[in-house]
Amino acid sequence: MRVVPVVVVVAGVAVTRQLNVRFAGLCLMLVGSAAGAAVLPDDRADALYHSYEGGGVEITGPSLLVLKKFGQSVAVTGNYYVDSISSASIDVVTTASPYTEQRTEYSGTIDYLHGNSVMSLSYGNSSESDYEANTASFGISMDMFGNMTTVTIGYAYGWDTVERSDLSTFSEDVRRHNYRVGVSQVLTKDMILEMNYEGITDEGFLNNPYRQVRYVDSIVPSGVGYQNEVYPNTRTSSAVALRSKYYLPWRAALLGEYRYFTDTWDIDAHTFKLGYTHPLAGGWKVEGSYRFYTQDAADFYSDLFPFVDAQNFLARDKELSNFTSNTLGVKVSYEFIKDGWRAVDRASLNLAYDYIWFDYDDFRDARQTDPVTQPAGTEPLYDFTAGVLQLYLSVWF
Amino acid sequence: MKMQHTRFMQYLAGAAAALLLTGGVVAGVMNTPAPDFTLKSHSGQNLKLSEHRGEVVLINFWASWCGPCRQEMPLLSELHNKYKALGFTVLGVNVEQDPSEAKKLLRENPVSFPVLFDNDSVVSKQYDVVAMPSTVLVDRNGKMRFLHKGYKPGEEEIYLEMVRSLIRE
Amino acid sequence: MPIIRIASICMLLTGLLAGCSPIEPWVKPYERAHLADPIMSFSTDPVSSAYIKHVYEAREGARGASGGGGGGCGCN
Repeated sequence: MRVVPVVVVVAGVAVTRQLNVRFAGLCLMLVGSAAGAAVLPDDRADALYHSYEGGGVEITGPSLLVLKKFGQSVAVTGNYYVDSISSASIDVVTTASPYTEQRTEYSGTIDYLHGNSVMSLSYGNSSESDYEANTASFGISMDMFGNMTTVTIGYAYGWDTVERSDLSTFSEDVRRHNYRVGVSQVLTKDMILEMNYEGITDEGFLNNPYRQVRYVDSIVPSGVGYQNEVYPNTRTSSAVALRSKYYLPWRAALLGEYRYFTDTWDIDAHTFKLGYTHPLAGGWKVEGSYRFYTQDAADFYSDLFPFVDAQNFLARDKELSNFTSNTLGVKVSYEFIKDGWRAVDRASLNLAYDYIWFDYDDFRDARQTDPVTQPAGTEPLYDFTAGVLQLYLSVWF
Repeated sequence: MKMQHTRFMQYLAGAAAALLLTGGVVAGVMNTPAPDFTLKSHSGQNLKLSEHRGEVVLINFWASWCGPCRQEMPLLSELHNKYKALGFTVLGVNVEQDPSEAKKLLRENPVSFPVLFDNDSVVSKQYDVVAMPSTVLVDRNGKMRFLHKGYKPGEEEIYLEMVRSLIRE
Repeated sequence: MPIIRIASICMLLTGLLAGCSPIEPWVKPYERAHLADPIMSFSTDPVSSAYIKHVYEAREGARGASGGGGGGCGCN
């Protein structure tokens, strides 16, 4: 009994220094109209508490969002997000020392509704002690064919500064361009299909300045030598995704998603996701999902190089390795205000938990190296699990 | 990549220009007989369109899940009250297969005009409803004269204009 | 000038698609009750979707192609 809410997604990609989390920079998601028509979303406010724990890393923090319409043609959105990081990940403990850090992100979007289209403009900034990312983006979302088809196009430009907390003279830049095209199509009265393409080009200093690769060094007693990572200074990637939702007769929804990714670093990845949403009586709703991800390593990645300076480009970031991940997720929602109460139209409380298994096929646990019993290259392959918790309140007014 | 960048930007600019200029057709003028129909009303009785011959009729097709439809309901209620003494009536036609949400909505936000339930979409098909909401104006002789697709705040002025011109005839 | 040519093609295309089209929408607006149901939306929780997307993008090599819009009530 409500207009389907519009997507106002402002996403930030983690930019944390240190070896366990590859940074990318801030990437603002396009704010398109969605909701099947030239109707701006209802005013809303969301407060989320997020918590990630796994592989020796703990990241928690809030994410706050407010969306307000001004007149009937303009909607303004603001988002505030914080990551409080406490990291003793495998990369950190093998080559550095545990640390704490805080990353703060602010972003804002303006949507303008005209006829059957919505134009959006956004800007966001993400900042931590040694990384600053900025993103500006523009997008258009158009409804056509009697609102059965929605076409979205967008472009985002990012500019980042990379620094080192241990070397004040170090400062490098990154420039990012994102191109997005998407088509959403109503297939039947019970099914909708969406296709998205995103091309990204990065140039500049693309690796983590602290991370190192290792190589066989027969001279030192440990048998392992370390040198800094060297990455190409450009990266171009393409991702194509298909997702679909199907309405089941007893009032439930089935979700299916697939994404193919490829880039100039020779990484190929496939993502599959299945989801099921089941509303219950009294305003309750449960959702379950399963996600599978598999990726092929970058061509300049290796867990252990044969000698120093073995290649022009060297990486030992496990995010660029051959690995798979499996996620099981559960979410419970309770809509405690359904029919309005004072200024509030609707409100819901939500709790989501995702459990992720990461399994690496060519990244070894370097904490277990022993030159005699388990020399470098023979340690067990690394794997870890992570629990992601989200507790959030959504209010529509 | 640079070539693709400029080309993409040009397409983006073109699309932006395009959508700024195309507004989309939302209204139509005509003069064809309005198909007659009989539907059960909210009060329980059957209501026939031809019973209102001699009156100006505003037929409004709506659904509970349609935001703009809900927005314009109170305004249509006002319109109905204002001109009913001059031979005018608003007829709301709910197009949902399951009317329970609509009935709940009407309990919480009652309107002054009769609401009919088109559960089998017979009338929606007769009137070739392609937009939500859709508003059709029928003159005193039973002819369809105006069609307005969709609703955005401020467009109730258009309804006012159309209703006044038909009442004066 | 190429940009003018591209812009005019875009305008023509958009006008064509938005205005007169030979393909009739096969799901009528009065049949969209299921599609308008919030459980059929890809994006009821933007703050949560953005966060989860960030969790994965920070730990995986792949990035991009999540998001978009459409479906829903089809209201004007």
